[in-house]
Amino acid sequence: MPRSAWLEQTLWMLAAPALALALTVLVALPSGAPPLQTLQVLLLGGLGSMSKFGQVLTVFVPLMLCAAGLLVPFTARLWNIGIEGQVVLGAIFCTGALMPFDQGGPAHIALALAAGMLGGALWALLAGVLKTWGRVHEIFSGLGLNFVAMGLTIWLIFGPWKRPGVASMSGTETLDMSLWLDRMGRLASSWTALALAAAALVMVAVLLTRTQWGLSLKAVGQNPKAARLFDLSPRRRMLQAFALCGALGGLAGAVQVLGVYHRLLPSISSGYGYTALLVGMMASFRILPVPFICLFFAVLNVGSIQLPLQLNLDSSFSGVIQGLMVLSVFATQGLRAWLIRRREGC
Amino acid sequence: MHEFALVLAGILLAGAPLVLATLGETITEKAGVINLSLDGSMLLSAMAAFALASATGSPWTGALGGMAVGAAAAAILGLTNIYLGQSQLAVGFILTLLCRDLAYFLGHSYSRQPGPTFGLWGIPGLSDTPVLDALLGRQSPVVALSLAAIVLCWWWMYKTVGGMRLRAVGESPRAAFGRGIRVRLTRLAACLIGGALVGLAGAAYSLAVKPGWGRPQGCEGAGWIALAIVIFGGWHPVRAAIGAYFFAALQVSGIYLQELFPSVPAQVFQVAPFPMMILTLLAVNLGRVSFVQDMMRRYPFLKRFSGSWPITSPAALGQDFDPKKGL
Repeated sequence: MPRSAWLEQTLWMLAAPALALALTVLVALPSGAPPLQTLQVLLLGGLGSMSKFGQVLTVFVPLMLCAAGLLVPFTARLWNIGIEGQVVLGAIFCTGALMPFDQGGPAHIALALAAGMLGGALWALLAGVLKTWGRVHEIFSGLGLNFVAMGLTIWLIFGPWKRPGVASMSGTETLDMSLWLDRMGRLASSWTALALAAAALVMVAVLLTRTQWGLSLKAVGQNPKAARLFDLSPRRRMLQAFALCGALGGLAGAVQVLGVYHRLLPSISSGYGYTALLVGMMASFRILPVPFICLFFAVLNVGSIQLPLQLNLDSSFSGVIQGLMVLSVFATQGLRAWLIRRREGC
Repeated sequence: MHEFALVLAGILLAGAPLVLATLGETITEKAGVINLSLDGSMLLSAMAAFALASATGSPWTGALGGMAVGAAAAAILGLTNIYLGQSQLAVGFILTLLCRDLAYFLGHSYSRQPGPTFGLWGIPGLSDTPVLDALLGRQSPVVALSLAAIVLCWWWMYKTVGGMRLRAVGESPRAAFGRGIRVRLTRLAACLIGGALVGLAGAAYSLAVKPGWGRPQGCEGAGWIALAIVIFGGWHPVRAAIGAYFFAALQVSGIYLQELFPSVPAQVFQVAPFPMMILTLLAVNLGRVSFVQDMMRRYPFLKRFSGSWPITSPAALGQDFDPKKGL
């Protein structure tokens, strides 16, 4: 590659973060937030100490699981917006599986994780069946099911699974210590959860790039009609993609229950499913950038907890930055293509 | 009878923002562009409308501000999709989340503050007919706005040249281009007009239907419902409005149901419209499912139940158009 082309490439790569930064400052100004100090609080709040980094890892794990899962349906050009509800169902199934046990060991934890995956997969299959057999677009079915999952959680917490005496938004009865995931020393995160997230990404990467199944899924995404003629049974492939993604989302929900909150909460998914969709879009659904973006977004999420405390700003600022970053990536991509077309004069 | 009219009045009010948002999205989609950002941009314009109304003391200035914000969000979508060729669905979804977080972030200082509302318009002279009086005698101006918008939208879409251009661009952009219509500009205009209506819907929430600003505001999720109603209404403004009132009725009935079952938390009833949304989309699409078509061929009497709900989306819905390619 000649030097000027290399320079141009680098400049374009820097254009997106620069645009995102400019937009972030622009947006922060009317709220009276000092831009540089806000960014400093955000980054220090996420990376300032080991215990904060442990917090980051607890956010990183569910984000990674969801983002890895989302790569699968997207290969078939499916928008699994329902991932949020699949996380919730994973948490519900996980809590439900542990209901009969007062205490337990690794076997019970494994059972609960498996139950979470089952819950997520079933919820995703519901959206998948509505898509493949009912012709309801997965964005609407997924979204609707997200709200249903939320209602289901609240009903369970206030109804059948309420704590003896008090039913409140603070969730169900706390699990026994013997049912918690392991801890990394004093950090909030767990080795098991991190290993699961890493394994999920590797599995998805191998599945999509090294197997025939991945190849046929890609074919289904690019041309469903041709895929049917080539006997690739697109419907079954799509359902499999939904189920796999849902299982990983459900696993994220189970990890939230077993490793983070130790009970079922109304907002157990914390919006990680939606954030993971942003991660996927920012990575253009390529595998390699996903873990790095997940880590960065996790830092922002954890850092933003400090904003209300230190600067009296709303913690949703992390979401604003994430959204602006992804939007900037799309805008610069489009701008570049537009400029190239103009230069070529067609 | 009087009480029934009061319930209907409640449905008219609850349906007003849904109608406005649905009409806005119908206009945008009629031109072939899907604005997925409704749920977020409505919330952001609700916040902007409330903040501006609080600052100026005038709800109408607030509503105008809300419309501007809705149009601005739609403009981002329009520019990145129509001129920069990025995916409508992707940008729309990013905007949904971005606008939502932006609303909570920028609205932080207005949270749980008192502010102006549209108040009520009294129509005198209706007291002779108690039913009409209960229905329209003292209503919010947003009800009048939404009713006027239905008629205007239908008239513009089907009775004017501008409306015909709009539909042409959504049905067959190439043919429209061949007839000298500026396809991309028309699409951008449809985005802006639709976005402004969505912004007005947001203002209707924060200044009339669910007055005030907070986290949550109370209109979260309404944007998704509106998107589904557009499909349910077969991209026709009047039918879309009927759909909007149907869902408003569902929301209102949730309040009554809660009085019947006080032990069930309110949030559970608020979820009711969403499974209904899935079911209506399923019902609307059922005629196109091959399994059902087979059944109808085998048992012709089933056709009697299929009715005639002609759901045909604008032919070029979701398809990008580049005048330099093809032709």
